[in-house]
Amino acid sequence: MEKISGAQALIKALLNEGVDTIFGYPGGAIIPVFDAMYDFYNDFKYVLTRHEQGAVHSAQGYARVSGKTGVCIVTSGPGATNTITGIGDAMLDNTPLVVITGQVGKAMLGTDAFQEIDVVGITQPITKWSYQIRDEKEIAWAVARAFYIANNGRPGPVVLDFTKNAQTALVEFKPEKCDFIRSYIPTLPIKNEKVEKAAELINNAKKPLALVGHGVTIGKAEEELKAFLEIADIPAAWTMLGESAMATDYPLNKGMLGMHGNIGPNIKTNECDLLIAIGMRFDDRITGDLNTYAKQAKVIHFDIDPAEINKNVKADVAILGNVKETLPAVTKLLNKNEHKEWIASFDEYDKKEFDSVINKEVYPTEGPIKMGEVVRKISDATNRKAILVTDVGQNQMAAIRYFQFTEKRSVVTSGGAGTMGFGIPAAIGAKIAAPERTVCLFCGDGGFQMTMQELGTIMQENIGIKMIIMNNNFLGMVRQWQELFYNERYSSTPLVNPDFTTIASAYGIKSRLVNEREELDGAINEMLADDKSFLLIVNVDMKELIYPMIPAGGSVTNILIN
Amino acid sequence: MEKKLYTVTIFSENTPGLLNQVTIVFTRRQINIETLSVSPSALKGIHKFTITVNTDKDTIEKVVKQIDKRIDVIKAYYNTDEELVFQEIALFKISTEKVLAMGGIETLIRKYNARILEILENCIVLEKTGLYTETQEMFDELQASIGVLQFIRSGRVAVTRSNIERLSDMLANIEKIRQEGEELGVKSEELGVRS
Repeated sequence: MEKISGAQALIKALLNEGVDTIFGYPGGAIIPVFDAMYDFYNDFKYVLTRHEQGAVHSAQGYARVSGKTGVCIVTSGPGATNTITGIGDAMLDNTPLVVITGQVGKAMLGTDAFQEIDVVGITQPITKWSYQIRDEKEIAWAVARAFYIANNGRPGPVVLDFTKNAQTALVEFKPEKCDFIRSYIPTLPIKNEKVEKAAELINNAKKPLALVGHGVTIGKAEEELKAFLEIADIPAAWTMLGESAMATDYPLNKGMLGMHGNIGPNIKTNECDLLIAIGMRFDDRITGDLNTYAKQAKVIHFDIDPAEINKNVKADVAILGNVKETLPAVTKLLNKNEHKEWIASFDEYDKKEFDSVINKEVYPTEGPIKMGEVVRKISDATNRKAILVTDVGQNQMAAIRYFQFTEKRSVVTSGGAGTMGFGIPAAIGAKIAAPERTVCLFCGDGGFQMTMQELGTIMQENIGIKMIIMNNNFLGMVRQWQELFYNERYSSTPLVNPDFTTIASAYGIKSRLVNEREELDGAINEMLADDKSFLLIVNVDMKELIYPMIPAGGSVTNILIN
Repeated sequence: MEKKLYTVTIFSENTPGLLNQVTIVFTRRQINIETLSVSPSALKGIHKFTITVNTDKDTIEKVVKQIDKRIDVIKAYYNTDEELVFQEIALFKISTEKVLAMGGIETLIRKYNARILEILENCIVLEKTGLYTETQEMFDELQASIGVLQFIRSGRVAVTRSNIERLSDMLANIEKIRQEGEELGVKSEELGVRS
């Protein structure tokens, strides 16, 4: 058999896994891989970002929209450590990633060689699997295993640390396929007695409430969810990452859970008699104080990961497995049911929230521009069919609350990690995964500046994303906490910002600055007039606060509305 | 919640870095590892960790599940002392001169069922296997009478009382699941894992 270099073997192994897009940044310890890639430029899309953090967040955006494993190739040392934030983010948000980092040659390991950093040691706590390929004969095995682990069971990031000697050595390469690891069972078989117990609880419930999490989107179980909810007539609320699993106007969709969620589902969490968690993990931003959380309710927990069961909230019945299989198993045993009165009981809270918060936020007629109205106008202008990408902070909460959806797999946001700077690169990855769809990115002025070097990637790759900075010249969410909980001491939150239109024009990106409400519609139309990238800067109310708000550690019924 | 001593048993692939993967789960929750021993298991290529920690039941359940989900961990479970037969080994280095001076070392050795491993001009090395309390009692007695020059105690080694640790059965079962997509339920009970 013909021998090829380890670097070429890596590229062939990636192609064998069906990789069509690679995000990356070269450097000394990974040059052989980039050299090998040169001969394969027709076989996949390679995207050179401006920073390794950009590469990893782009791979995340790509993975979240496509459902496929995102791939990122960077060099050793600082190249590798620059991906750490994205790897940690992907671990918390269960995003399938394979991050390949260069490493110094085997003989130099452990000697503090140039650009040698113990990447496996650093990444073990924040990956599903982190492995150093020191021998070219392991390449086929390690790559196959990496992709199997990243995107089976509960997805997550995998790191392959690839030593330079293994990149340059010659090897007889034969692609491998991994479909089994004896120490890793991705999905446990369904237990019938649990399914029966769950169905019995649901059939007897008078006031059931479903909590829809990321697991539904990851499991591609949107239709199975609807069938489940509809037969038993169960109102459902969602976590941030579970948002687009149900269309916004789906009748059983009762809105958002948690700290900045809707009043109805949060109040009803503590009134329901049965809480049905579906692919969600009872994050503290959802539950608030666990001692006062849903104490009156029985709990059914659907999750793929046994370690999530009883971690934060004790389950009366736990159903392990992919919700794509476990939901239909329960649905089969459900009686046709109606909960008209219970579902109607959400209405008074919806009205209360509309009158006290939403109306002022989305339909203001005077005063400074509000984030909510910007978000809703753009959502309407894209016919609620766009992919929403957000950065982190007030802009994120406004976007998640007020953007509306008809399509599934349409939300890309940093949930568990809350990574500022996630927005621009994630939007790049999202657009590459779904070139036919409009991608709208909402950023604050702070987060935008954390990764705005990626405008260079947009320019070089000619990517068309619609970027909206909701500019309040503040780190708005921290400012909000300072106003509410720190005696208005605005320590380190005011920002002196550059002229964002000048920055956009330096990268050849059209832009427009909006100060007045009257200009907003025209600017949005201009932004959406073509497929090219556009930066819309909207100066919004500096003093705007995101309501409703459950203070951190507070009870889900302790909701501030002003 | 009440804290007590739990013994965590982990079967894993023999891959480099696995110890780190296991210990970071404890570190994240600030749980001190009391004792740790690692050795090849009865099956070739599979390693067995025995770790003892002081914590509460709620926490140990979560920690063990988080260890169990590491890719290279085949199975992790925990037991309380009642469910185990366990042993530790201790070595005592004492001064030959003082032993001769004190007299009656025979009584002490008989009392604790200890052994003499080595007699040198300057020191004698005694060995005792037993429970923590037993080796500690012997240490206390020696320390009080003639002083102990060096003392070392191993980590706990343990086997379960019931016939639940059947690693080969477990692996065969996993293999069967792969082939037939069969019910896994039996396995965890066999292993004494609480679901």
